[in-house]
Amino acid sequence: MENHLLELANDIVRKAMAGGATDAECTIGEGDEFSAEVRMRQIESLKEAGSRGMGLRILMGQRTGSSYTSDLSGEGIERLVRSAFEIADITTEDPHAGLPDAGELGAIEGDLKLYSMGIENLDPERNIELAKCAEAAAFAADPRISNSDGASFESGTSRHVFANSRGFSGEYRTSSCSLSASPVARDGDSMERDYWFTMARDPEGLQPAQEVGRIAAHRALRRLHPVKVETQKVPVVFEPRTARSLLDSIFDAVHGMSIYRQESFLAGKLGEKVAGEIVTVIDDATIPGLFGTSPFDDEGVPSRRTPVIERGVLKSYLLNTYAARKLGMKTTGNASRGLAGNAGIGYGNFFLEAGVETPDRIIAGISNGFFVTSLMGFGVNIVTGDYSRGATGLWIRDGELAFPVSEVTIAGNLRDMLLSVEAVGSDLEFCGALAAPTLKIGEMTVGGK
Amino acid sequence: MRFADSIFAGRFGIATQDLDRYLAAALAYGGDYADLYFEYLLTSSIGIDESIVKSASQGVSMGVGVRVIAGERTGYAYSDDLSPKKILKAANVAAHIASGPGKIGKFDLHEGVRHNLYPVLTAPTETALADRVELVKRADHAARAYDPRVFQVQAAYADNLRHVLVVTSEGVLTVDRQPLARLSVHALARRNGETPQQGHSGGGGRVDLDFFLKDKPPEHFAREAAREAIAMLDAAEAPAGEMTVVLGPGWPGILLHEAVGHGLEADFNRKGVSAFSGRIGQKVAGELCTVVDDGTIHSRRGSLNVDDEGHPTGRNVLIENGILRGYLQDKLSSTLMGSASTGSGRRESYAHIPMPRMTNTFMLAGQSDPEEIVRSVPKGLYCANFGGGQVDITNGNFVFSASESYLIEDGKITRPVRDASLIGNGPEALKYVSMVGHDLRLDEGIGICGKAGQSVPVGLGIPTVKIDRMTVGGTA
Repeated sequence: MENHLLELANDIVRKAMAGGATDAECTIGEGDEFSAEVRMRQIESLKEAGSRGMGLRILMGQRTGSSYTSDLSGEGIERLVRSAFEIADITTEDPHAGLPDAGELGAIEGDLKLYSMGIENLDPERNIELAKCAEAAAFAADPRISNSDGASFESGTSRHVFANSRGFSGEYRTSSCSLSASPVARDGDSMERDYWFTMARDPEGLQPAQEVGRIAAHRALRRLHPVKVETQKVPVVFEPRTARSLLDSIFDAVHGMSIYRQESFLAGKLGEKVAGEIVTVIDDATIPGLFGTSPFDDEGVPSRRTPVIERGVLKSYLLNTYAARKLGMKTTGNASRGLAGNAGIGYGNFFLEAGVETPDRIIAGISNGFFVTSLMGFGVNIVTGDYSRGATGLWIRDGELAFPVSEVTIAGNLRDMLLSVEAVGSDLEFCGALAAPTLKIGEMTVGGK
Repeated sequence: MRFADSIFAGRFGIATQDLDRYLAAALAYGGDYADLYFEYLLTSSIGIDESIVKSASQGVSMGVGVRVIAGERTGYAYSDDLSPKKILKAANVAAHIASGPGKIGKFDLHEGVRHNLYPVLTAPTETALADRVELVKRADHAARAYDPRVFQVQAAYADNLRHVLVVTSEGVLTVDRQPLARLSVHALARRNGETPQQGHSGGGGRVDLDFFLKDKPPEHFAREAAREAIAMLDAAEAPAGEMTVVLGPGWPGILLHEAVGHGLEADFNRKGVSAFSGRIGQKVAGELCTVVDDGTIHSRRGSLNVDDEGHPTGRNVLIENGILRGYLQDKLSSTLMGSASTGSGRRESYAHIPMPRMTNTFMLAGQSDPEEIVRSVPKGLYCANFGGGQVDITNGNFVFSASESYLIEDGKITRPVRDASLIGNGPEALKYVSMVGHDLRLDEGIGICGKAGQSVPVGLGIPTVKIDRMTVGGTA
C-alpha cells in the first residue's frame, strides 16, 4: 500500500501531460490523527481519524492552473484534471512561472529520522494516562492551582508524496506526538492560565508528564497578581518561547515573495548589517529528527542549510523557484505548499544560534527591565518593521525577576530591535521548527499606565 | 431546501434509513447523544500580483464527522469517504467514548426549522471563472489608478459553496447550502525613496456574484486599500500609554469580539476559566453599551440558517445596558449548564468538534453625533481601521492592532500615526465607554475568527464610540 500513492501521483502527472499540459506537478498528502483531552481528572474528548487529499498544478506554457480534491475515486481524479485545465484558461502569462530545472531536483540521502515506529500501536489508555498525569502534576504543584483548562496528548502520522513532469518523484513519512497541560491558578480575585507542551517524533522523546505539569503550573502561578507598570523605555528580555516569535518575524522579512514585492524592511539589504554582531540566523532542513526537516522541498528540490544572517550581516533570503527567478537568484529549497495553488515559501528549522550567556546572567545585568513570557496579537508590520504587541511577563529589578506584569504593550521597530540585540542566551532548544535562545533587546517602549 | 433535494440524497444516495443506522452505530455502547455532520465543500480562489493573474485554483473536499456525547465526554471520528462502510467505521470509533448497553436504532428523524438568510440561486462558485477573474483585474487597475505613489497591488478573490447535512439522535435532520465569497485588496504606496506603507480592504458575504458587480464593486475595495496606504505615508510615531480612544464605526467592532465575545463563549464559562465566569447579571460595561451576537442577519458573512449542530441561529443579547445577560451556548455546554443552545455551535469542517462561537457581534447604536464625539476629546487617538486581535480569556486581557489611526488634538482629527496595538481588560474596558454614536456600521465582510485551531467566518460591527481610558502601544 506504500507505493500506490506515488504511483497515483505519477499517473496524474501523465494524465495532465496527455491532456496537453506543458508541465505538471502532483502532491498527495495522507495523515492519521489521534487526540485525547482530559480535564479535572476525567476524559473530556477522544478523537481519531485519517484523511487524504491531492493537488495538481499544471502549466500551459507560462499560464498555471491548480486544483485539489479529497475524492480519490476515478471520477474525482477526472474532475481534478479537468479543473486544473479550466483554471489555466483564466490565468495570465507569467514569464517567471515554471518548475525547477531538472538539474535542481533531488532529495538528500540518509535516514532523517522523521518517522518513528514507536508511534504505531500506541495504547490509547496509556496516552490518556499521560495527559491525566500531566494535569495531576500541575494540581499537585500548589493549592492555588484549583482549576484546569485541560491537558492533552496528540499523535499523528503523515505521508507526503510529490511527483512532477521533469522526472522527480519522491515521498516521505513523518510521525509526531505531543503532550500539553494548561492549568489555571487562582488567588483571591486574580486568575491566570498558562501552559507547557512537549513535542517529539517518538513518545520516548517527550518530556516526562510530571515535568510538563509542573512547568505549566509554575508558569501560571508566577503570573498571579500582576501589575500594570508605567509607560517607559527599558531593556526587554525575550525568553525562548517568546523569542521564537521574533524568528517568525525575521522569516516573514526574508520571505522571497515579500522581497521581490519590496514589502519587507529587509528587501535590498543583502550584504548589509541588519542585526547585532552576536546574531546568526540559520535555516537548516537537514537536521535529523527535527520538525522542520525533510528530504526535499515542495517543488522537489533537495533540502539544505542556508545561513540567513551571519554575525549580523544579511547573507540570504529564503526562496522557492518563482521568487528566485524574479530576483535573478537560485532557489534555496524553501518551497512550501498545501494541496492548492502555487508553491509558497516556508522554513525548515529556522533558528538563532545559541550564544554564551546563561539566561540568569543576562537578567542579572539589568537594573530595570522587562522579561517577556507571553505575547499577544498581530501587531507586526513587515513592510515598515513597526512592532507593537501585547505582553505579559516579569519585571526585572536590580538583576532579579521581581514581580509579574500584564496588560502592557511592547513596541519598537524590528530594524532597530535586531540591531540592538545585546545578549544571546546559551539556552537554544528545539520544540518545533522555530527556535531561539533567550534574547536581550537594548531598548523598547513598554506601554502601560 | 429539503433533504430529498440535497446533494447527499441525490449524488451520494443517502437515505434516512442509512442515517438511522449510522446513529445507532454511534450509540452502540450507550452515550446520551450522537450527531453526524456531512459536508461537501467546493472552493475557488483567484489571485493577482503585479497585474498578473499568477495563481488560481479550485477544489472539492468532502467528509462526515461523527460525534458521541456521554456525560461530559465527547468521542469524535471522521471519514473523507462517504461509503457506508467508512461511515460505520467512524461511528464505531466515536461510539467507544461510552461503555454501556446500546440505544434503540430509531430516531424519528424530521426536518428541522431553519432560516432562509441567503437565498442565492446561483452561488458565486457556480458562475463562470471568466466572470470572477475580472474582479481581481478591476481591483488591481483601480488601486493603481488611485494614485501614482501606489506601486504594488495584490488582490485575492475567494469563494466557496458548502453543502451540509446535520442529523442528530434527538431527531433533527437539517440540510443547508452555504455560499460565501470575499474580495480583498492589499496596496503598497511609497513616496520617493521612503519606507513604503500598506493599506488593506476587503469584503463580501453569503451573496451572489451581483454583490461584486452592483453593490460593492472591486473598485470600492481597491480605492479604500489605496487610500489607506497613501494616508499612512504621513504617519508619525504612535503615542504610548493610557489615553482617550475613539473607535470609528465598522471593523473596529473587533474590540467587542476580543474584549467580551470570546469570554462569553459557554465552554470557558462552564469550566470556570473565563474572566466572565459567574458574572451574569453583573455590570461589566458602561450603561450605553448593548452588545449582541446575531447569526440571523440577511446575507452576512457570519450568518447561518442553522448552526453546525443543526440548531437555528439566533439574535443573542450578551450585554444589555452594561449588564452581562448571557453566554453563547452549543449543545454540550448548554446541556451541562442546564440551559438552551443559542445556536452558537460551530466547527471549521467535518474534521472538527463543534464548540460555542460567535456569528456577527456588534454594539447597538447610541444617541451621539460622531462628530460631536471627536469634538469632545482634547487629546486622544482616533482609530479608523484595525488588523487582528487576540484575547487571554482567563485574565481577560485583549489586544487589537490599529492599522489606520490618527491623533485627536483639541477636538480635531489631525496627524496619522503608525501601527500600534491597543490593550485592555475585558470586564473593565467597556466600563470606560462614555459616548456611543448613532452610526452603527457592520464590517464589510472579511472576518475570520480562530479558536483552538479552528477558523470560522464572522462579522463585526460598532458605532463610533468614545473610551475614556485605554492603553495604546506606540513608541512616542
